[in-house]
Amino acid sequence: MSSLPIPVPNIKISRPVNPTGIWSWLTTVDHKRIGIMYGITAFILFLSGGIEATIMRLQLAGPELDIVSAAIYNQLFTMHGTTMIFLAIMPLSAAFFNYLIPLQIGARDVAFPRLNAFSYWTFLGGALMLKLSWIGGATDAGWFGYAPLTSIDQNPGKGIDFWILSLQILGVASLGSAFNFIVTIINLRAPGMTWMRLPLFTWMSFITAILLVLAFPVITVALIELTFDRYFAFNFFNVANGGSVVLWQHLFWVFGHPEVYILILPAMGIVSEVLPVFSRKPLFGYATVVLAGAIIAFMGWMVWSHHMFTVGLGPVANTVFTITTMLIAVPTGIKMFNWIGTIWGGSLKLNTPMLFSLGFIAMFLIGGLSGVMHAVSAHDAQQQDTYFVPAHIHYVLFGGAIMAILSGIYFWFPKFSGKMYSEREGKLHFWLMMIGQNVTFFPMHFVGLDGMPRRIYTYAEGMGWDLWNAVATAGVFILIAGFLVMINNLGRHWRNGPTATDDPWDARTLEWSISSPPPHYNFEEIPVVRSLDDWWETKYGTHEKAVPVSGSSEDAHNSDIHMPQPSYWPAVTSLGLFVGGYGIVFNDLLFPYLFAGIGLLITVIGVYAWSLEPVNDPE
Amino acid sequence: MSTDVHNNTHEDHDYTTTGLNHRKMLMWAFLGSDCMFFGALIATYLVYQGKSLVGPYPIDVFDIPVTSVSTFVLLMSSMSMVLAYAALTQNKINGFRIWMASTAIMGATFIGFQVYEFSSFSTFHVDIESCAEQKVKYGKFDDYEAELCSNAKDDHVETHDGLKPQTNLFGTTFYTLTGFHGAHVTLGIVWILSLLFLSYKKGMITPERHLDVDLAALYWHFVDVVWIVIFTVIYLFGVFPFPGS
Amino acid sequence: MLNFNKFKQAIPLVLTLLISLVLIACYPEHNQSTFDAAGPVAEKQLNVFWWILIGAAIVFVIVEAALAYAIIKYRRKDESETPKQTHGNAKLELVWTTLPALMLIIIAIPTINTLFYAAEPPKHALEQHTLQAIGHQWWFEFRYPSPSDENKEIVTANEVYIPVGYPISIELDSVDVIHSFWVPKLAGKVDMVPAEGNKMWFEADEPGVYYGQCAEYCGDSHANMRFRVVAVPENEFNDWLAYQSAPAIESPDALALSGQEVFKSAGCSGCHALKTVVNKGSKGRIGPNLTHVASRRHLAAGVLTNSEDGGPVNDSYLQDNLRNWIKDPNSIKPGNIMSAQGVVYTDPDRKLTEEEISALVGYLTTLK
Repeated sequence: MSSLPIPVPNIKISRPVNPTGIWSWLTTVDHKRIGIMYGITAFILFLSGGIEATIMRLQLAGPELDIVSAAIYNQLFTMHGTTMIFLAIMPLSAAFFNYLIPLQIGARDVAFPRLNAFSYWTFLGGALMLKLSWIGGATDAGWFGYAPLTSIDQNPGKGIDFWILSLQILGVASLGSAFNFIVTIINLRAPGMTWMRLPLFTWMSFITAILLVLAFPVITVALIELTFDRYFAFNFFNVANGGSVVLWQHLFWVFGHPEVYILILPAMGIVSEVLPVFSRKPLFGYATVVLAGAIIAFMGWMVWSHHMFTVGLGPVANTVFTITTMLIAVPTGIKMFNWIGTIWGGSLKLNTPMLFSLGFIAMFLIGGLSGVMHAVSAHDAQQQDTYFVPAHIHYVLFGGAIMAILSGIYFWFPKFSGKMYSEREGKLHFWLMMIGQNVTFFPMHFVGLDGMPRRIYTYAEGMGWDLWNAVATAGVFILIAGFLVMINNLGRHWRNGPTATDDPWDARTLEWSISSPPPHYNFEEIPVVRSLDDWWETKYGTHEKAVPVSGSSEDAHNSDIHMPQPSYWPAVTSLGLFVGGYGIVFNDLLFPYLFAGIGLLITVIGVYAWSLEPVNDPE
Repeated sequence: MSTDVHNNTHEDHDYTTTGLNHRKMLMWAFLGSDCMFFGALIATYLVYQGKSLVGPYPIDVFDIPVTSVSTFVLLMSSMSMVLAYAALTQNKINGFRIWMASTAIMGATFIGFQVYEFSSFSTFHVDIESCAEQKVKYGKFDDYEAELCSNAKDDHVETHDGLKPQTNLFGTTFYTLTGFHGAHVTLGIVWILSLLFLSYKKGMITPERHLDVDLAALYWHFVDVVWIVIFTVIYLFGVFPFPGS
Repeated sequence: MLNFNKFKQAIPLVLTLLISLVLIACYPEHNQSTFDAAGPVAEKQLNVFWWILIGAAIVFVIVEAALAYAIIKYRRKDESETPKQTHGNAKLELVWTTLPALMLIIIAIPTINTLFYAAEPPKHALEQHTLQAIGHQWWFEFRYPSPSDENKEIVTANEVYIPVGYPISIELDSVDVIHSFWVPKLAGKVDMVPAEGNKMWFEADEPGVYYGQCAEYCGDSHANMRFRVVAVPENEFNDWLAYQSAPAIESPDALALSGQEVFKSAGCSGCHALKTVVNKGSKGRIGPNLTHVASRRHLAAGVLTNSEDGGPVNDSYLQDNLRNWIKDPNSIKPGNIMSAQGVVYTDPDRKLTEEEISALVGYLTTLK
């Protein structure tokens, strides 16, 4: 049957058909299952980052303590930062992208279901590689790994290499995901779902995906350059041969600043969904909020050197970045005001998801204001590299992003689990979180301005930092209590909670028009969208006559539902990357780069098999 | 209403909001990221341009005539790729195969030139019979000669050190940038050869499935455009000074 | 029922409470407090901070108040109610875009002003008051231009004297990784980046001992990399500098003499210099200069204190500190190079005996 010019083995591996149990998870391409896998994995990793933070706070509870050594502490803060950003917040956001975007745009799945699965397995591999690096010595050069601390001379151990390779692998996962969601959002919107009828969460996710596509390659290059310096004595960051260590900072932060918007925009999207539902009012200034998000994403490329105000770029460069950084506060403020406009005059139900979203506004405001203080670069010379920076970071990322994510978890819990959680326990979690957040992180502003540098494993007696450090440490336990309440609440109820209806919140967007949880194919019939907040308008009958934009509604409306099939190859390809990554770090095992080669081979097999995958047609 | 759920994909004919194909859009998104990738490498090169502490310098090693030939070959390979795609859409499978093979061969030729270039740079050798006479003969030294002669103990200077990535910033940035470009070309060649081989399997490469080739072509053209940028910015601007500079 | 006016009246009260809260938490008397500006650079930088703090406090109170008000007033009272479905208000959008932008422009002006002020020392700064601060893992090397010979420099470590009332220019460098030079009460920090040639300046208004600490993570003992800036009247400074350029004291004391021998035989002199005057631009040594170590208030870069409350050096503290340090440097400064490379630490056969340690301590204590 094949008449190829060279002999090729005729291997036919059929696609899995209705796999069960663990195989069904390994081969799934269903965006909802993938979303759940991301969510659970990311949450566990978030807890691991929390343990790292708790140990750090115990060490700093008083002056000159000896809970952990300097070496371990330095690994802890590096791993905590890397974990929280790449292994917690980003994949938690991915969990939401995965679960919700097809539902919100009226699609049956994403544009590339196997690529979607590949992104998850690759993420898992990268995450494992990073966390396993604790064995034998994790990276200890800070989450932004400044050269030349990361050079082979300064850091001969493999910790840095694991950090580099795991970030590269995670980058592949993120890029795959971003490509997928860009195509999905552009190309799989239901008829009538114009751009300005897109739910805000999907809009923010789209903007985030574009940021990912443009930002990640820059850190990829930076990490490649560092790898070549470490492995092959290249000169990228080699001061002795004319290299500049400041180049690393520029490359890193050109990625790093858009990265923080990647972290916060999805969270802002979640808040923009929750507030209208529990105010029974539409989002105030929808178009403005969309535009503000786009402007933030665009301007986010022009501010990176505000992370480098003390590096000696000179007053002219510092002035430019001061101005751009101050300017970016404006669209951020616009969003805040529009959220308040949303609840103003509404009928507010102060349940758990709503409380978390309101808490987000309250806490993100503080983080945003400390951010503006950083932008005042003349004084940033005093704030930089002190505890004032972690104070800012944790208000925007913990009181900000994580609070919004928690709001989203509680909000969509009935949808993805089909069950209802305990509202009382949810509120308890909220209050523990609010109190814990402020007790832990507000004092950091104080000690920062009191001269306490960051990333120090201990501090001297008599500096006056004892009290507020002790308070901050106490706050951690309040936060831990909150998360224990959450795990208990959601864990129990996911199993045995009361059944949730399709639309327990009387909400506004399409995911609430289908069952909880949705069927495998999402929509029996692809909806025809007639307005923004289409589901709300359908329920309360205020639709205007709208014309579907493009594509015949007939195409999307056919009664045969074609669902993408499960596949082995995404997981196999990810495995190849995982093995290859280890092969690069352990490149002298048995034979130079042997395992890197094996990893490459597995990846190539995976890619070929994926491309040529037979389509099983039961008919 | 019972819903027939079929496990099937006719992705190329399925409904899309814009009417554009998913995979085409994916390739464009990917190329966007690849732009940033090469952009960061080119930016690194430019930041370090002129900052090497020791030679050899671009003007010592670059051979513009030779590199112009390889650039031309790569450009022609893009044309050949266009012809391959055109042949496929007209159901001329043999023409398709010929042009695909020719694209791969030209791509491989380009890689061959790169290999030659890398090896000649890394064994670049300077032999100055007499530093004193050299200076008189040419009026002045170029930077590398000046360096070698000033460090030398006697009048005759010979070095086989060549340009390696470890030698200086120029070596580091040049080999990394062009090396990754070469890797992209190589991947493209593998892709093209794969499509070529698949065309012998019945029903794999047909005019209806032209998208498969279209995607490879898009990637190939992108890699070619990146080379045009590299050739211009690194080679040409590296050797020919701007007027007035 | 919520009375909006009463709410509005509460705002100044809350603002006052807030600012007091912040002020309660600022402790100018603490060693590294940024609120105790003891020189013109720190002062100008602090002033800009007061501006933004007030602005931020106002925004904070207004926005949080609006939030709190809305939450309370618009709480759902009736499950069936559906409020007015407002979609937006263009005028409001304009207001809350331009107002913050204006506030930011206002704050940008003094910010940029101060940036330029802090970047270059004033015109009247003297050449002889330019010193070099070179970062090492994990200590600070300082070099002064020699007052008597323009081709020479005077080297010291970790404790740097400056004359009160004069702008001091500092040229920053590092021999290994990025460090940062930070004396909060005198000026904001500038990083010590290898080969970048960063510069900064500051001035002390009053005599005093000002605490400094490295403020860029630089490896294992980043937390233990500290220093002191001692500001004294000009004549005292000149005396001090002259004294610093004097060679190490050669004490005839028996213990000190045997200690001097141990200093050589144990390999200390390989890394630690005992003379301070060097050629300009010459390469530094691996370890801090010890010529006048016994006159320093601290050892191991600000980690061990030789005096009571910043007073004069107490010899018994000094001796204890020296002994503890020499016995086991790694317990005080994890990862330090002395423990990692010194042969008496790496080779168990060459380990220092109690007598040798006592001799060394005896010798070093004489190096006033």
